Amino acid sequence: MYRYDKYDQAIVDARVEEFRDQARRRLAGQMTDDQFKPLRLKNGLYLQLHAYMLRVAIPYGTLNSRQMRMLAHIARKYDRGYGHFTTRQNIQYNWIKLEEAADILAELATVEMHAIQTSGESIRNLSSDQYAGAAADEILDPRPWAELLRQATTFHPEFSYLPRKFKIAVTAADEDRAAIRLHDIGLKLVRNEAGELGFEVYIGGGMGRTPFVAPLIRPFLPADNLFSYLEAALRVWNRGGRRDNIHKQRIKILVHDLGQEEFTRQVEEEWQHILRNNSDVPRAEVDRIAAYFAPPPFETGLPDTIDRSDPDFALWVDQNVKPHKAPGYAIVNISLKPVGGIPGDASAEQIDLMADLAERYSFDELRVTHAQNIVLPHVPKRELHALWTILDEAGLATPNLDLISDIIACPGLDYCSLANARSIPVAQKIATRFADLGRQRELGELKLKISGCINACGHHHAGHIGILGVDRKGTENYQLLLGGSGAEDASLGKITGPGFNEDGIVDAVERVTDRYLALREEGERFLDTYRRVGFEPFKEAIYG
Amino acid sequence: MGDDYLRFRDDEPTEEPAVTLDAFLDQTNSSAVLLEAGEDARRLLPHLDHIRLIEVDFPRFRDGRGYSSARILREAGYTGELRATGDVLVDQMDHMRRCGFDSFAPNAPIDAAVLRASLERYEYRYQSAADDAVPVWKLRHG
Repeated sequence: MYRYDKYDQAIVDARVEEFRDQARRRLAGQMTDDQFKPLRLKNGLYLQLHAYMLRVAIPYGTLNSRQMRMLAHIARKYDRGYGHFTTRQNIQYNWIKLEEAADILAELATVEMHAIQTSGESIRNLSSDQYAGAAADEILDPRPWAELLRQATTFHPEFSYLPRKFKIAVTAADEDRAAIRLHDIGLKLVRNEAGELGFEVYIGGGMGRTPFVAPLIRPFLPADNLFSYLEAALRVWNRGGRRDNIHKQRIKILVHDLGQEEFTRQVEEEWQHILRNNSDVPRAEVDRIAAYFAPPPFETGLPDTIDRSDPDFALWVDQNVKPHKAPGYAIVNISLKPVGGIPGDASAEQIDLMADLAERYSFDELRVTHAQNIVLPHVPKRELHALWTILDEAGLATPNLDLISDIIACPGLDYCSLANARSIPVAQKIATRFADLGRQRELGELKLKISGCINACGHHHAGHIGILGVDRKGTENYQLLLGGSGAEDASLGKITGPGFNEDGIVDAVERVTDRYLALREEGERFLDTYRRVGFEPFKEAIYG
Repeated sequence: MGDDYLRFRDDEPTEEPAVTLDAFLDQTNSSAVLLEAGEDARRLLPHLDHIRLIEVDFPRFRDGRGYSSARILREAGYTGELRATGDVLVDQMDHMRRCGFDSFAPNAPIDAAVLRASLERYEYRYQSAADDAVPVWKLRHG
């Protein structure tokens, strides 16, 4: 994985000092809270219901054991002994003091980490495929391009006061594990017929209160022009995007208002101007970065079979272990969704343990997934049982990847100042209702996603089943959505009808899954059945 | 640096008051123009040879349109004075300098020590802009 050189380190160190000075001036009353707010947000520091929340960047979700241990250390020293892994492959801490924020950043900088552009109206931390470098279906590891963009978009002087936030995802596989079409820009690395590298460029996706699946703006952008083309798109939006209504300022609204054709025309025209700046990063630099992402030294001749004689272990293998491109290796998913737990939360002890396991079993590498789980990307199959035994003892072997209890949930009203309703208790109740693993497996792949407000941090639009918490006359009310997907077949869920209270929504989910079991044909996932039979049979099951 | 605005140029400042974009386009003998945040900087491009001062207004410091206006003017070869006016705060001035602004007329006074520290803080830059900073990728590859 990528390592900082003296330039990267100097820039991150300078940012720590800049933030320390900004926080000092704020605490000394030399600037107003309105003036300070965008500055702290550019560094991932939110003011939440009870305290400051700090979001730490984990670029494209990749980190090593040393960095993981630092995350545990921060949880212990500056927070309450845990952290929350997010849908943007980052981690956030919920109980931070402003006075200590710069010290945390300084500690992070010692392990080549930061919180730069993890919030605010800036180009956010990049996300990518959590199986990058390990998946059999990718054409190349997309992370060198993500790292290139991380650097090029850091403190971009023209694009630091954008109309709204701006999120980029990069993948290189046909199976979309990063929800690229629900990003402001989604990039898929492809080769053209001549074998040259390029990107499919999707612009204008997003969730929030006005969700859109991004249209394909350019089917093949030469890879060497990646950055200049992004600059062109950003400039068109920075100049033309709305600034009069915070809910209508994302690039998706501009793409929608102008229409795909006119937006594309403007970007292409602006690109011709920007190309003259020679801002594109040369291939030699891409190659330099890519060298850090060279495959680890996989052993050859390892056994490619798994002893499945332990039934609990076999169950976990079937659910949480995925095929690896190297013979004898596997990709391990560590579920952070135990029944009754808080989705995405991990204690400092668990974080340390996962760091140890990465060091022992996975070439020192971990990934954070947008579904709020952790991945050990490169585990020898012969070590799987030993690894599982340790995970199981630590409560980290819940075999529920992509099942109904593998729920994405935002922090909700328990923490967030924007939320209208709590998300966590609903996730816990649903997971408890469906706690029987046999029942979950009978239901098969079922992605359930919960947001505590219309901003959709819990990706409810993209859930096969989505839940949106709203405030209805002062009480929490939950709307049900069906048929969303954040994968390569991206689609937006449709609201079923009137909402429910906290227990009612759990019942409604159960009525939906019962109807699915009654309707499904051989081999159909819930989403397939829904797409075949449509909305009505489910609506009838819910409302009678 | 003068009292009223901060200036990073050696030439004599123009005394001419800046006129609005519409007024400027109506009577192109003016050499100083004020560009509002939502106005298209490209409308000035045919006239750049005889402009000495372009003021770009920032109605709120979080409104970033002026950064693109500055880049567009510098990319088109404008070498005259480019002044940021309005809600211009010390924590944004480093990026403004990088986008090509070389003078500032902030609504509120700027702390000179904070400004100096902020302009000197970053030794390296990841990307090229309108300033003469060499991007890190170029330093890495000689």
